[in-house]
Amino acid sequence: MAEGDKKKEGDKKKEGDQKKKARKHGSRNPVLVRGIGRYSRSAMYAPVTKVEKKIKERAPAKVVKTVGGDKNGGTRVVKLRKLPRYYPTEDVPRKLRSHGIKPFSQHRRKLRKSISPGTVLILLTGRHRGKRVVFLKQLGTGLLLVTGPLALNRVPLRRAHQKFCIATTTKVDISSVKIPKTLTDTYFKKKKLRRPKHQEGEIFDTEKEKYQLTEQRKADQKAVDSQLLPLIKKVPQLKGYLRSTFCLSNGVYPHKLVF
Amino acid sequence: MCLCIFGFDLFCSIINCVFKRFVEIGRVAFIAFGPHEGKLVAIVDVIDQNRALVDGPCTGVKRQAMPFKCLQLTDYVIKVPHSARQKYVRRAWEKAEINKKWEESSWAKKIEARKKRATMSDFDRYKVMKAKKMRNKIIKHELKKLQKAASQKKA
Repeated sequence: MAEGDKKKEGDKKKEGDQKKKARKHGSRNPVLVRGIGRYSRSAMYAPVTKVEKKIKERAPAKVVKTVGGDKNGGTRVVKLRKLPRYYPTEDVPRKLRSHGIKPFSQHRRKLRKSISPGTVLILLTGRHRGKRVVFLKQLGTGLLLVTGPLALNRVPLRRAHQKFCIATTTKVDISSVKIPKTLTDTYFKKKKLRRPKHQEGEIFDTEKEKYQLTEQRKADQKAVDSQLLPLIKKVPQLKGYLRSTFCLSNGVYPHKLVF
Repeated sequence: MCLCIFGFDLFCSIINCVFKRFVEIGRVAFIAFGPHEGKLVAIVDVIDQNRALVDGPCTGVKRQAMPFKCLQLTDYVIKVPHSARQKYVRRAWEKAEINKKWEESSWAKKIEARKKRATMSDFDRYKVMKAKKMRNKIIKHELKKLQKAASQKKA
């Protein structure tokens, strides 16, 4: 605090010195008669020595961009500084139509409360419908990573959609299971090898029709299942439960069942 | 000789009765629906054709009027004078050990079984299926043995 005051005093002194120096100079406009000076206002304003003004390079206001496709001129003139969307005459600024609409990668992923790591799920759609399967974790896109285990019901490490699973109340303690970090959505994503170079004959003949098993998949499957199977064997009858499939029969009403 | 109180002479002959349980003072009833669903009460008095004064001190039902429609009569009767105070209803109830008898009855056991079945999880249902299968296998095995023995005896 004291230091600050000292600094202010120093500044004041400096300003005072400068002012004193300036005052010594006085007015540059000699007086002809009282109230009338030698030079006019504009003459006083203009500097004695001419200073060359630098022409500032202005940022371009418009850009010419090329546009693809036929018969549309080939180029477009795009304004870089657009007119304002909002003029304060309106009471509430109008929101853009795309306000609040996020791209898929930024969506909020939800997980049902009944589903937690280690829950036994019943798959309802897909080629493994009706099979009971162990839930491992939720992936980045919101899909559920799930495994049979393969040895019990031939369901490999796979993605399942939350909406198409029934979550049972049966849970396996998975806290000790380490899932390899390479298992992400890109790992499971279907690969497209369609290159429509020739559109004459082979339109529907895509290269990858059948799914090819890779060694990495086998290795990952083994890594996860070897950890899971002993945990499953600990619970009596759970192995047989996972091997069996779910089905409805007479007198069984899903809305009345407790899963 | 007529055994019932409310003059149901028409229905009851000495040998066979169509109705065996009657609404009487002290009759223990099971409440079938309503806020006190599933509890036992004693009929303490009859108000009119449709309602009874009912009390369940040992089952958590306050003394109140209750329509007959929601009451289902049980086999138990406690000895209580009409409009008896709750204290005496409780005394008679505990003396007759109604709660214990009720728990042992097959009616109560069936209700319990239904409840258990309703709250079975998918895994439980699987275990039940396996147990039933094993049981039936054993039974069939023994049956086949007996049948075989019987057929051999004939031959």
